[in-house]
Amino acid sequence: MPVERIQHIAGTALPIRGDNIDTDRIIPARFLKSVSFEGLENHLFEDDRRQTDARQANSHPASNPAFARATVMLVNRNFGCGSSREHAPQAIRRRGIRAIVGESFSEIFFGNSIALGMPCVSAAPETMQALMSEVEGAPATEVVVDLESMTVRGGQRTYAIGLPPAARDAFLSGTWDATALLLSDFDAVRAVARRLPYVSGW
Amino acid sequence: MASTLFQKVWDAHSVRRLPTGQTQLFIGLHLIHEVTSPQAFDMLRARGDRVAFPDRTIATVDHIVPTKDQRRPFIDVKAEEMLASLERNCREHGIQLLDLQSGQQGIVHVIGPEQGLTQPGMTIACGDSHTSTHGAFGAIAFGIGTSQVRDVLASQCLAMEPLKVRRIEVRGRMGAGVYAKDVILTIIRRLGVNGGVGFAYEYAGDAVDAMSMDERMTICNMSIEGGARVGYVNPDQKTFDYLQARRFAPHGDDFDRAVRWWSTIASDPDAAYDDRVVLMAGEIKPTVTWGINPGESVAVDEPLPSDADPAALEFMGLSRGQRLSGTPIDVAFIGSCTNGRLSDLREAARVVRGQHVAARVKALVVPGSQAVRAAAEREGLDRVFTDAGFEWRGAGCSMCLAMNNDRLEGTQVCASSSNRNFKGRQGSPTGRTLLMSPAMVAAAAIAGEVVDVRQFDGMEAAGAR
Repeated sequence: MPVERIQHIAGTALPIRGDNIDTDRIIPARFLKSVSFEGLENHLFEDDRRQTDARQANSHPASNPAFARATVMLVNRNFGCGSSREHAPQAIRRRGIRAIVGESFSEIFFGNSIALGMPCVSAAPETMQALMSEVEGAPATEVVVDLESMTVRGGQRTYAIGLPPAARDAFLSGTWDATALLLSDFDAVRAVARRLPYVSGW
Repeated sequence: MASTLFQKVWDAHSVRRLPTGQTQLFIGLHLIHEVTSPQAFDMLRARGDRVAFPDRTIATVDHIVPTKDQRRPFIDVKAEEMLASLERNCREHGIQLLDLQSGQQGIVHVIGPEQGLTQPGMTIACGDSHTSTHGAFGAIAFGIGTSQVRDVLASQCLAMEPLKVRRIEVRGRMGAGVYAKDVILTIIRRLGVNGGVGFAYEYAGDAVDAMSMDERMTICNMSIEGGARVGYVNPDQKTFDYLQARRFAPHGDDFDRAVRWWSTIASDPDAAYDDRVVLMAGEIKPTVTWGINPGESVAVDEPLPSDADPAALEFMGLSRGQRLSGTPIDVAFIGSCTNGRLSDLREAARVVRGQHVAARVKALVVPGSQAVRAAAEREGLDRVFTDAGFEWRGAGCSMCLAMNNDRLEGTQVCASSSNRNFKGRQGSPTGRTLLMSPAMVAAAAIAGEVVDVRQFDGMEAAGAR
């Protein structure tokens, strides 16, 4: 059951500088007290924003109106580490972000983002430095993530990006919603269950 | 061909290769809790799917449970709504729930092993990153997000890419006052908080062989803090002995047959690894974090590094070159899926016995499960703690992530036996966390400041380890 094919994402970008930004910072645990994901976008980076904005109003990029309509997020190294909470990519996606470009991502965050149809693509540290500086200087800069050519364009320049082939194929073919795929050969699943002694009986 | 446990378990659970190139992996045990499952059940309902293997999913409640007043309905209406939702979902789909009345409730990563659900050779998934804990039994266990919880409910499978395997050997003997917590903090410091991305960590060496199952769980638990989604120890006699007679473990002849199968899944002696690292246990000291990620740690008597991140230092109110011993604390927390087991409470109790918590320090012990709490009470540990001025609470995640009422206020400093010192983790956006072993937390609670447990008066029996 193909869902939406995702080939390229274009729009303005939200730069979030810093290595090892964990999912507790992306969405603090107190906002997980709900049986739905609704409204999480209102609390994205909430504590970081409050602390940064207290020094100078709207100085956290996620508070800055110039970045309010961004569809691409720019990050540094090991983004999304820590807790496996899908609430983190949900909050980002619900804020309007369609793709994240960064030096590297935690594995669980990366997988959760794929399941939401939000590619996390990697780029060299120099690329991130150049893109972030460009966007901070000119927030209206259009950033284009292209999974076909595996490039990101920012302003006048184009850079290479990385994405594991399986994830890239899933986006390009519209098969990133795994459930239907996993259910498409249930006999094979039953066969494995029968083969495992702890499932079928010792 | 010689292979690692990871490869053997992966192969045994591989359903097929997907068109994307990923592997469809069968999940042998699915653990769920109230925070990351309600949306997954909604997604399942929206698709019109049913739970494929309801008897391979087990639920408990841990993150939001109050640890003081557990009467229903909870005073916190959102917490009550989350538990009620879990109860409804479990009822509707025929999933067993180990709830507050069961006597078997607790942190999902404490009760899995304790109830014998966690067994060697399994694949285990749970919507919680500390699922790596279960790897202590020679299982391949990892955290997943809510959409993947939906996938497992619907199909008992996940679409995965294989991991590389890094063998981490810890050789020699740990010194007195040094614990599994210090070993894993040292490993994370050495390899970095993202050093494990793309890897499963296989912990081995005579120091790991000598560890109890509880200690192995502490090590595997924090694999994710080093970036490794999976951490495991090869199963041995200690593993099998632990599982014998546990509720969900095989019994009688089945147990013997199980042991034979479990023995075959350990890594072969000549297996090839993608990477190898060796640490000497004798060089590891009691370790404490100084920063805002678990890789930012030092030995308690070591000066903070000269290249320490200035932003982290500013947040923590510390400076380069300073030593952590002598740092005043406001709160002491003993508990969590890392260090909330019976042996952790015994070590902490040995430190506090006959002493008293320092003035102005709030100290609490939150057992990892109802069974841990009951066992500790049978040994009189609750009295040791309460006589010393600790609060003795009900089981749950509590102040590890502050989804109940247990949380830091303002800029409080907490000596904590938990796993994450992230900004805001313990409930106050400006609260500060110092991660350390339970014995070190106990010593800090008594002294009112960070102290080296090796030099602590209450540690008279430390040499006996």
